[in-house]
Amino acid sequence: MIKVIVRENAYYDSVTLMLISREMKKLDGVEEVLVGMGTDLNLDLVKMLEMFLPELEKVTPNDLFIAAKFDESKVSMDELISSFEEQLNRKKEAHAGEYQPPTLRSALNFMPDANLVQISIPGQYAANEAEDALNQGLHVMLFSDNVPMEDELRLKQLAVDKGLLMMGPDCGTAIINGVPLCFANVVRRGRIGLVGASGTGTQEITVRIHQLGEGMSQVIGTGGRDLSETIGGLMMIQGIKALMADPDTEVIVLVSKPPAPSVEKKIYDLISKSDKPVVIDFIGGDAESIRQAGAIPCLSLEDAARKAVAVLRKETPVDFDGFDAPQEDIDQLVKEAVARLKPDQKYLRAFYTGGTLTDEAIKYLGSDHVIYSNIPLTPDQAMERMPGKEGHLCLDLGEDQFTRGRPHPMIDPLTRSEFFDTHVDESTALILVDVVLGYGSHENAAGVVADSVAQARARLETSGKDLIAIASVTGTDQDPQNLDESIASLEQAGITVMPSNAQAVRLVDLIMKAAGI
Amino acid sequence: MSVNDLFKQDLKVINMGLESFYEDLTSQKVEAIQVQWKPAAGGNQKMAALLGRLKSSK
Repeated sequence: MIKVIVRENAYYDSVTLMLISREMKKLDGVEEVLVGMGTDLNLDLVKMLEMFLPELEKVTPNDLFIAAKFDESKVSMDELISSFEEQLNRKKEAHAGEYQPPTLRSALNFMPDANLVQISIPGQYAANEAEDALNQGLHVMLFSDNVPMEDELRLKQLAVDKGLLMMGPDCGTAIINGVPLCFANVVRRGRIGLVGASGTGTQEITVRIHQLGEGMSQVIGTGGRDLSETIGGLMMIQGIKALMADPDTEVIVLVSKPPAPSVEKKIYDLISKSDKPVVIDFIGGDAESIRQAGAIPCLSLEDAARKAVAVLRKETPVDFDGFDAPQEDIDQLVKEAVARLKPDQKYLRAFYTGGTLTDEAIKYLGSDHVIYSNIPLTPDQAMERMPGKEGHLCLDLGEDQFTRGRPHPMIDPLTRSEFFDTHVDESTALILVDVVLGYGSHENAAGVVADSVAQARARLETSGKDLIAIASVTGTDQDPQNLDESIASLEQAGITVMPSNAQAVRLVDLIMKAAGI
Repeated sequence: MSVNDLFKQDLKVINMGLESFYEDLTSQKVEAIQVQWKPAAGGNQKMAALLGRLKSSK
């Protein structure tokens, strides 16, 4: 039976509703549930799930709906609605007694000394609110995506005029005054400042800096499009200037995909005037031009962390493209891994939740192997071009095509679990995954992927096969998830945990070459 | 307040959108307030844009 109910003028954020939908789906007799606001995207999803009923024809994005397909001998719509309300009430109770003003202006009346606004409302409404915040003299962290480019340019120009931060749109990571914003790890405060256009790239660098014993002064996010020709690097330049003037910052790190040429020039002109060392990872970018600008180029995100720490400690930064473990241990690991594979196990399955971490993996592995992906190095390596299941696959599961109507896999790892079910089979040799901890991320990201690997292994065992699983954890001992327990749960599932994404990728490369796959 | 002035202050955050981001801040004892945001003009985008323009020109 399919039923739909609509509640007019009841707004809840999408992540809350998606997580509630997921819980309701666990009820016995429930085949499918979608709880959402009446946006075009959600209505398309309802149609796709074949639950569209006439009640939905007049809903607006301000109305909440519950659509469900269920076995009425086991569960009723009333029970589904009570489950929904119970979960919502649990959330409300957590905030009982707190004043939650309806608008930015009323929030400012209540907290007149507020200095930053964090915005994660649907993209089409976000620019207006961000503009209002900037006009009130507030710094902005704009997490929302789907904000038009022309709005981004206008907002950033306004921020520059006013001397404010306009981090985003689509900015997932920042740490201001030691406070992690949105998706960020808990790292100690220190003397390295960073401006980043890539979220998990920034997370990986800050985590490795923390592990090396140093810390961050400020971490400024720009959003992924900042270094495009159109935006002109407005926020990266604003961020670099702030770090150059910041007495607590001694070393500056920049991380991004390669910028547009005109933007690159502006950045190099600016940093050539810096009396602080600048370490740059323009992932896959040209090292020589970075050197000519007087900055230090890097081979990986981890290498950027190591070099920043080295220059801070007045040591000579050297390229790091090896392993923390002694080479003979790595050789042994590779040998044992290859010996566990059967001749018809040939393919890599790399399932990532972090975009920049995927990018780093593909650029490294893609130089010697054909790697199919949703973010392919060349169009002929697009995942749709993979001949059936025969080929190496490396996916960024946080891309839009996999997150329609569900939370980002760093919040809810279900998407990745499903890929294990559908894309790991008897021809799979190797699994490579990232586990990103920190605020914003799932409370047990490691445990969920460990379960997936254990289940895949059990499936293969029936045909006398095993597989090799390699992971890295982007997390610190101060993150809300327990780092030691996270690593232990991965290792208990037989996953080799490497000290960084770069080292995990390099190990995978060595095993692929040694196995001749 | 310039960016460098912000660096010298305690962060005080207005959060608009995902409530989990607000909860993350309060769990770290960061002063924060959650806006009970709803789409303006009942989700009518044209009307919301007009209202936005009126607000900005104030």
